[in-house]
Amino acid sequence: MKEKDCQLSPALPSHIGMVSRRDFLKFCAVAAAGMGLPLGMGVKIAEAVAALKRPPVIWLSGQECTGCSETLLRSTHPTVEHLILDLISLDYHETLSTPSGNLAEEAKKKSMEENKGKFILVIDGSIPMKDNGIYCKIGGRTILEIVKETAPLAAAVVAIGSCASWGGIPSASPNPTGAVSAQEVLGDKIKVINIPGCPPNPYNFLSTVLYVLTFKKLPPLDDKGRPRFAYRRLIHENCERRPHFDAGRFALEYDDDGHRRGWCLYKLGCKGPVTYNNCPSLLFGDVGARSWPVGTGCPCFGCSEKGVGFTAAIPAQASLEHFTPSGASLETEGGKDRVGGRALRLTPPDTYPPIAPVEGHGPSAVAVGVVAGLAGAALGAAAVTAMKLDKKGSEPDEGAGKD
Amino acid sequence: MGLSRRDFLKVSASGGLMLASNLSPLPALAREPVARLPEALGILYDATVCIGCKACMAACKEYNNLPTDRSTPGSLWDDPLDLSAKTVNIVKLYRNGAAQVKDREINGYSYIRRFCMHCVDPACVSACPVSALTKDPKTGVVKYNKDNCIGCRYCQVACPYNIPKFQWDQAFPQIVKCQLCEHRIAKGGYSACCEFCPNGASIFGNVQDLRKEARRRLSLKVGEVASYPMHRVDSNDMRERVVTPYQQKVYGEKDGGGAQVLILAGVPYQKLGLPPLGDESTASHSETLYHTLYKGMIVPYVVLGGLFYLIYKNTTGHELP
Repeated sequence: MKEKDCQLSPALPSHIGMVSRRDFLKFCAVAAAGMGLPLGMGVKIAEAVAALKRPPVIWLSGQECTGCSETLLRSTHPTVEHLILDLISLDYHETLSTPSGNLAEEAKKKSMEENKGKFILVIDGSIPMKDNGIYCKIGGRTILEIVKETAPLAAAVVAIGSCASWGGIPSASPNPTGAVSAQEVLGDKIKVINIPGCPPNPYNFLSTVLYVLTFKKLPPLDDKGRPRFAYRRLIHENCERRPHFDAGRFALEYDDDGHRRGWCLYKLGCKGPVTYNNCPSLLFGDVGARSWPVGTGCPCFGCSEKGVGFTAAIPAQASLEHFTPSGASLETEGGKDRVGGRALRLTPPDTYPPIAPVEGHGPSAVAVGVVAGLAGAALGAAAVTAMKLDKKGSEPDEGAGKD
Repeated sequence: MGLSRRDFLKVSASGGLMLASNLSPLPALAREPVARLPEALGILYDATVCIGCKACMAACKEYNNLPTDRSTPGSLWDDPLDLSAKTVNIVKLYRNGAAQVKDREINGYSYIRRFCMHCVDPACVSACPVSALTKDPKTGVVKYNKDNCIGCRYCQVACPYNIPKFQWDQAFPQIVKCQLCEHRIAKGGYSACCEFCPNGASIFGNVQDLRKEARRRLSLKVGEVASYPMHRVDSNDMRERVVTPYQQKVYGEKDGGGAQVLILAGVPYQKLGLPPLGDESTASHSETLYHTLYKGMIVPYVVLGGLFYLIYKNTTGHELP
């Protein structure tokens, strides 16, 4: 494997910063696997990252809790120092930037000018619109103004977290600041990649950034602007507790017998059946099995789904309308907004018996032919035998007649 | 002394008149339709709410100690194709064309749960010659007593829904059917299928309440959000959902003389395998017929007397060979 890498990527230096070449390639291969790309793509990603010296990233924060930054800091492959010192050039981040005040603002300005059309803009937190956006200001300017100024210069705009993706907590009713998502601020001209979650999985974010750097285009997105490699499947479909759902075993209260046994959390309000994310397969915090909300016994609250997280009540049970039989193509019904805002596609086992019981279809033509042939032969044989019997039987009679 | 054709017809006619005078007018003789019991228990199954998860099937097997039913070759799990001696509750699928929209007849699909309807006037109870099948006088549950059963399987023939199943593979076979989890009701519980339904498609309760609930659902406007009770009709656990179109009829309210299990669906009931039955039960028809024939044993005596008379006339005066 190591030799193969050497052949494919001679341009890669033996060390990138403090990271060994081997570790760096490993990381890129893992990232490629996370996006569902072929193994060789890891090398391509590595080349893209190495060739760009360090891709510049400008990170703007609106109305947020820094949870999305925190989740990135907690990732272990790569570690945060590897990420911001070796992989990317984090030119501006309110929490992580070394300079502050005017120095930080100047660094951002300089980077924007130097890397026009090359840098990646990351937005976390929602953007207040009410009263011209005066509810969130950085350096005396509203975040609304800053986002509108920065986004057109960026190579790609990534909205990290539910707040930037569709308003999140700040937009929850009654939404006092008029908080909206990055996409709503930027309109239709600039396509925003949404990485929703509260917080989102750092690897979904990182994989998206590397995808953009490697292929110079946006990853395939779903109808809500989320990368399909991460948000294609319902949590319910990959959930480790799904067999309990299928068998009708539910925890009915926290800490009841079913809850202690690890049964399905649907009745406690789990929004897994309406939420698209890869939590059950990717997990959080790199500590192994069960390290995700449902795994720990806490129902999913649908953070990555617009209209579910921060909107639907936490104990409210999710809608389960659409268990479509496999092979059916989905059609939304009358555009009626359900919990989750879309018709669902769940895949139950397609072993439903039909309405009428299955019965045999009668004998086949071949079987009828064979049986008819045999019957005919038997009839013929019987007829011939009968004729012979008649002749044999008549002879003594004739003799008797003579007597 | 031979019996002339004329005399025989006279006797027959007089017998017929006696019968008619005793029993007429015939319609008044028809057995009265059985009224619903005030404390009858039942289930309301709403196919538009059902998500086909089969939790009811799993719970039913678990709480009634029924074995798995592996009907398809190489099957790894319980997959009954129809009700059987191992399966008293089944979720079936109606699908048409592209099967795109739930509860739509054309190019749509619907689930339908089949189990004992617990008829108000059960044909199986009427047909059973030994009272192995009985209707509980209070709850109306159609129960089976294996100690009475003689294995004649009349109940199987009588049931319009094809519900009672016979253990063909047993040395001492029994009839197997849903008994509404009577053993759970006796302990203060209720039917496992309703307790374990995650979506409120099957709800348990007093049949009067269930009928009101079913009528309420039919009166709801399509597209509006309404609350549906979960598990039990008198439950405080309510679920909000968008109302989808219903067939404007509660199956089981009157069909076949009425049933304690009521069904709502978006697809015509016949398509879901629910037979079109009149408002009168088959039991009332058959019982009217044979109660009429046997009332006071007059017709049997007349017929038997006539036969004896015929034989006597034909045999006396002849020499025995």
